[in-house]
Amino acid sequence: MYTYTEFDEAFVRNRVAQFRGQVNRRLDGSLTEDEFKPLRLMNGLYLQLHAYMLRVAIPYGTLNSGQMRQLAYLADKWDKGYGHFTTRQNIQYNWPKLGDVPDMLDALADVGMHAIQTSGNTIRNVTADHFAGAAADEIEDPRPVAELLRQWSTDHPEFQFLPRKFKIAVTGSPTDRAVTKAHDIGLRMVRNAAGEPGFEVIVGGGLGRTPMIGKVINEFLPKADLLPYCEAIVATYNLLGRRDNKYKARIKITVHENGLDTFRELVDARFAEIRGEFSGVDQKILAGIEAQFAPPPLRQAETTSFEVRYAADPVFRSWADTNLSAHKSADHAIVTVSIKKQGQTPGDATSDQMRLLADIAATHAYDELRISHEQNVILPHVHKSDLPAIYDALASVELATANVGLVSDIIACPGMDYCALATARSIPVAQTIATRFDELKLEHEIGPLKIKISGCINACGHHHVGHIGILGLDRAGVENYQITLGGDGTETAVIGERTGPGFAYDEIVPAIERLIGAYLNIRQSDDETFIETYRRLGMEPFKDALYGESARSGRAHAA
Amino acid sequence: MNIIVQDAGFTPETWSGAIATLDEVADESATAVDVPGDANPDDLADHLDRLALIRIGFASFADGRGFTLARRLRRMGFTGRLRAAGHVLADQYTMARRSGFDEVEIDADLAARQPEEQWRARADVHAHDYQSRLRA
Repeated sequence: MYTYTEFDEAFVRNRVAQFRGQVNRRLDGSLTEDEFKPLRLMNGLYLQLHAYMLRVAIPYGTLNSGQMRQLAYLADKWDKGYGHFTTRQNIQYNWPKLGDVPDMLDALADVGMHAIQTSGNTIRNVTADHFAGAAADEIEDPRPVAELLRQWSTDHPEFQFLPRKFKIAVTGSPTDRAVTKAHDIGLRMVRNAAGEPGFEVIVGGGLGRTPMIGKVINEFLPKADLLPYCEAIVATYNLLGRRDNKYKARIKITVHENGLDTFRELVDARFAEIRGEFSGVDQKILAGIEAQFAPPPLRQAETTSFEVRYAADPVFRSWADTNLSAHKSADHAIVTVSIKKQGQTPGDATSDQMRLLADIAATHAYDELRISHEQNVILPHVHKSDLPAIYDALASVELATANVGLVSDIIACPGMDYCALATARSIPVAQTIATRFDELKLEHEIGPLKIKISGCINACGHHHVGHIGILGLDRAGVENYQITLGGDGTETAVIGERTGPGFAYDEIVPAIERLIGAYLNIRQSDDETFIETYRRLGMEPFKDALYGESARSGRAHAA
Repeated sequence: MNIIVQDAGFTPETWSGAIATLDEVADESATAVDVPGDANPDDLADHLDRLALIRIGFASFADGRGFTLARRLRRMGFTGRLRAAGHVLADQYTMARRSGFDEVEIDADLAARQPEEQWRARADVHAHDYQSRLRA
């Protein structure tokens, strides 16, 4: 894992001191509220519905146990004893007081963490595959590159006041677990014909009110060209991106309106100017970072204790079948800890849960934790013989829910319960769906299914790429929920399609129940997943389930 | 009276010549030009050798185009005086200098609200700079 250099440490401390000064200068009138706003945003501080919210970066989703304990400490000392893991590998505290925030940032700096550029019109926290360094299917660990991008983008003098926010994601595996095609820049590691590692560069993806799947701007970018090429893209966007309308300011609109070919020509011209400035020092720094991400020395031991428990305990077996993924070492596993017990707020973890996860990581998991964009916590390296002990410890704090990838493993934004932008509630919808299918004891019968819920058109809940997406809107003061089907956030990314008219708050969960009931009736076999059935049969049977067959002729006329 | 901010602090205006508009830049007598944030830097390419001062306007501190414009002009070979003018905050002084600006021009109101020490606090432009580490 990466540990801060003296330079990083001094940088972060200096940044906290600057922010402390900015808070004071706001209070003494040196800064107007309008001027203070982007300065607090680029330090992670939002003004929400009820209070300030501090968004802390978990760069490329990686934490050690000391860092996790510190997140618990912040939750206890300055919040209400919990934190909320987001879809972009951040943790949010919903109740800090403005005057306390510099102290919170200092406490983060104590463990090599920060909240820099987690908001504002800046290059945001760079995200990566949450299985990085552990997945069986990986070409290379993407985190060293993500760290290099973090250093390059942090306080980049040209890019602190971009037209709009700018998000970069990196994956080192052909299986895209980082939703790279829905990012402003997505980087997918590939090898060229000569076997050299590089990147497929995807640009202009994004969800929000105008969802777009990113386009390939460069099929193979040599690894050493990464920083000058990214700088060329962002510099082009900074001058060309629209500033007249915030809803048309993201790079996806810039690329769409100018055309990919024109945009690429401009980027290539900038790249030619910039390339020479990077003499190779960045690659030396990268090599140093790579050395720090060397995998932990994996333990050799018998796995019998795991096999015995697996055979004897059906509840443990269900958890193991659902929450474990293949590790590159056969006697190890990747554990996904569900932070989504049915009925709880997706992504919320209490300080006690955080401390227990830290203890487990320190004792059994090579001191490593990850936060996934699906709002769960990952133990990336676990020897199988440690799984029974880990399971028992998790169960003691209600963290052993066997629902990863299933109907109750829902991504939901904070929605109207917390967010000033939201037009509808998300969390109670997620809670009710999860509780309902748990009552019906159908969760495992239904199998893999990604439900994603956003409480407004900004799509923080990624509803466009959910197999079932739910978008909460406001229709004349009444919550109304639109459903999309067939979305996909992986390497085969697709934006989901709207089924038709939306549903009221008290109708949405029964509607989801009808959809899933229809799937169970029409699937070819128990092995055909919801998304496979949808791809085979299309929208029509699901529309019938939602709106009734009698509505079909009306639909034909309407179309 | 506008104030010029440099690393040493507030200084009086030392440019006494005329400053042409972008439309007038082709005039052979123009040695200084005002460039708005939405300008295309390529329009200046043929005139850079002749210009001693380019003043890039910041209509709002939140519009960051000026930083990239400055960097472009430096990459295009402009070696004269490069000035950011208008609504630029003390908090942005380091960014401006690192993007290629030599100085910032602000009005008296902003200078009163953000006095000299707030700018000098941001004048050590070489400290804590990731970019210079990655490019050196």
